Amino acid sequence: MDFSFTEEQTLLRNMVQSFVQDNYDFDSRMKIVRSEEGMSRDIWGQFAELGLLAAPFSEELGGLDGGPIDIMVIMEELGRGLVVEPYLPTVVLCGGILSRHASPAQQEANLPGILGGENIWALAYSEPQSRFNAADVLTSAKADGVGYVLNGTKAVVAAAPWADKLIVSARISGEQRDTNGIGLFIVDKSAAGVSTQDYPTVDGNRASEVTFENVAVSGDALIGSADTGLSILEEALDHGIGAICAESLGHMKSLNDATVEYCKTRKQFGVPIGSFQVLQHRMVDMFMEYEQSVSMTYMVNMKLSEGEDERKKASSGAKVQIGKSGRFVGQEAVQLHGGMGMTEELSVGHYFKRLTVIDTQFGNVDHHLKRFASA
Amino acid sequence: MDLSYSAEDNAFREEVRAFIKEAFTPDIVRECERSKNGYISKEAHITWQKRLHAKGWAAPNWPVEHGGAGFTPTQKFIYTHEMEAAGAPHTIPFGMTMVAPVIMKFGTEEQKAQYLPDILASNVWWCQGYSEPGSGSDLASLQMKAEDKGDHFLCNGSKIWTSMAQHADMIFCLVRTSNEGKRQQGISFLLIDMNTPGVSVAPLITLDGPAKDQQEINQVFFEDVKVPKENLVGNLNEGWTCAKYLLEFERGNPYSGGLNRTLGKVRSIASEVQSDGAALIENSDFSARLANLEQQVMVMEATELRIFSDVSAGDNIGPGSSSMLKTRGTELQKDVSELAMQAIGQYGLPFVEDTLASTNESDIGMAGAAPITPIYFNVRKTSIYAGSNEIQRNIIAKAVLGL
Repeated sequence: MDFSFTEEQTLLRNMVQSFVQDNYDFDSRMKIVRSEEGMSRDIWGQFAELGLLAAPFSEELGGLDGGPIDIMVIMEELGRGLVVEPYLPTVVLCGGILSRHASPAQQEANLPGILGGENIWALAYSEPQSRFNAADVLTSAKADGVGYVLNGTKAVVAAAPWADKLIVSARISGEQRDTNGIGLFIVDKSAAGVSTQDYPTVDGNRASEVTFENVAVSGDALIGSADTGLSILEEALDHGIGAICAESLGHMKSLNDATVEYCKTRKQFGVPIGSFQVLQHRMVDMFMEYEQSVSMTYMVNMKLSEGEDERKKASSGAKVQIGKSGRFVGQEAVQLHGGMGMTEELSVGHYFKRLTVIDTQFGNVDHHLKRFASA
Repeated sequence: MDLSYSAEDNAFREEVRAFIKEAFTPDIVRECERSKNGYISKEAHITWQKRLHAKGWAAPNWPVEHGGAGFTPTQKFIYTHEMEAAGAPHTIPFGMTMVAPVIMKFGTEEQKAQYLPDILASNVWWCQGYSEPGSGSDLASLQMKAEDKGDHFLCNGSKIWTSMAQHADMIFCLVRTSNEGKRQQGISFLLIDMNTPGVSVAPLITLDGPAKDQQEINQVFFEDVKVPKENLVGNLNEGWTCAKYLLEFERGNPYSGGLNRTLGKVRSIASEVQSDGAALIENSDFSARLANLEQQVMVMEATELRIFSDVSAGDNIGPGSSSMLKTRGTELQKDVSELAMQAIGQYGLPFVEDTLASTNESDIGMAGAAPITPIYFNVRKTSIYAGSNEIQRNIIAKAVLGL
């Protein structure tokens, strides 16, 4: 049993932390969010130079031989800066799928573009009717000679406005919610028949509704087989959960620090409001929620490589905790900041909004409590 | 004790419904359904309030002598309930339910004649100048200065969290006219024309992300603003009495009608939204959450009925009851907005800036989804404004429990 970080991981944390401090303060972040594109290609290029985009991949794939714990360290620090650049969809979700399940030819064709920062990827798995069930797939992939033809719509695809490439879940056979018959396809966003409706999301990110109309892909666009698509996808989503749990730790820590600081300095009735016991207890509860979230985040990221049942139980258990804790910490941080917490001028409200989205992302508390019970 | 309505009450309910059917026209309905912060466009608010005025219903809380609707307590409850159930606009409270009762109780006959008719007819838009950057929960520490210059007061300072100040013609302000004695004793209640030289308004952008000119709150600055002496309400240095009197009206509102309507909306969304091949409403976790809130809103409604049943027009319900309603009502508003957001799942994420200009059909993924998450963000304010809920609990502890 060992809960300590390696020397490399500590160095990695220090590096990301100082990069965020130097390049991604609150004003810079808001400038990026409000820009036409909504992300910074320059920052993304620097991620590549710093090796962040190669961090979790094995050396054979050109990576730095890290794993979930390295992703956890990176995501926590990106969370502190409320970084919007698409590390999660590109590296964790799509990069993760490609590194674990793509053929050597697929890896050779696609991973260098991720590691080098040339390509941004998005995982198009959710559909308008699917809510949190990844097996609820209506998008169809019809075999056509050696390839497939895709038709359907994907919903709220994070980072799709910036993406060059998509991994798309589509039904090769079976009924709407069958667990078999789902394939994962690599699709160029520029392919004929792909169209997007792009929009900002409430947390300052960008997403799209992506429609596929008779999009022809070759046979080697399929990752794995039709029988393994869903399990590959679910595994990737659990890795995504491990990553956003870590991201949310960055948010909660920042909120708790800011709230304690504010309550020490804000004076009403001639004394700092932090001297009132009712507010002290509230901040203690925020602290305890954070600490429990830290425990679950470490736990899930250590269990991502375990067997399927154990991985599912751990990731759903962690997601329930982060959903509840993030909501509590976010809501109370706003409340304790009073009117100022309601404005876009302070970072507090922006952390709160991102935590609100994280509660929904990859399934909310109710969804994961049920999955936890059945895993 | 009797919960049933008389024949007259039922006839009155039909009259209210008939009015709503005619006056709550589709243009106003659309804005109400699409609002992120409870406000609609200035034009729509005024149009609606003038329609109420034409019917004689603009001021359900006013005594008849000033043009109040003359409702019985039961009629007032029916009226509010039907309006809330229909989702009709809230009457902008700053004139009608805040400054007007103060003018009636503390104002001179001239002030009553000058201000009340224009408030009743919605000719003048008011806003509220209470909080300051350094004075929130501790309101009595306010610093905005009004110096006696013989024929006028010279005002300097700033007010914050001023709702809809960008539309306002008049502002009522708590100002400091003396630094002697207890802090509460040097405060006066002053009416200021927003068009006076030296008054300026700066928007504050809240988390719901309002479109341009639709911001809910502002900071109002006063720089050497000359205010005529006759704009003082009540006695000099006794404004705190007015302030406290007004706050009881600000807090003592019924919540259950609006809460019921939003829960009805959540129920209908959950009947449409699919979850694992069935309607979300059939999901046992979700339906339990919904039932839990419906039960709490029923409690709220029963409490409101009990409290408001023996309040006559022009009176208020007292500090204990108003603080209790404010605390529980706003807690429920926050919980209900959260359930609404959960109901729409992933379609709580897309952000639409100008929801008043767009339509349900143009929303991404799901009709009517666009304002739901912004409302969840926006209603965080309810446990902060009008005295935070922590302050409300202090009031109850002191005024009711004697602690």
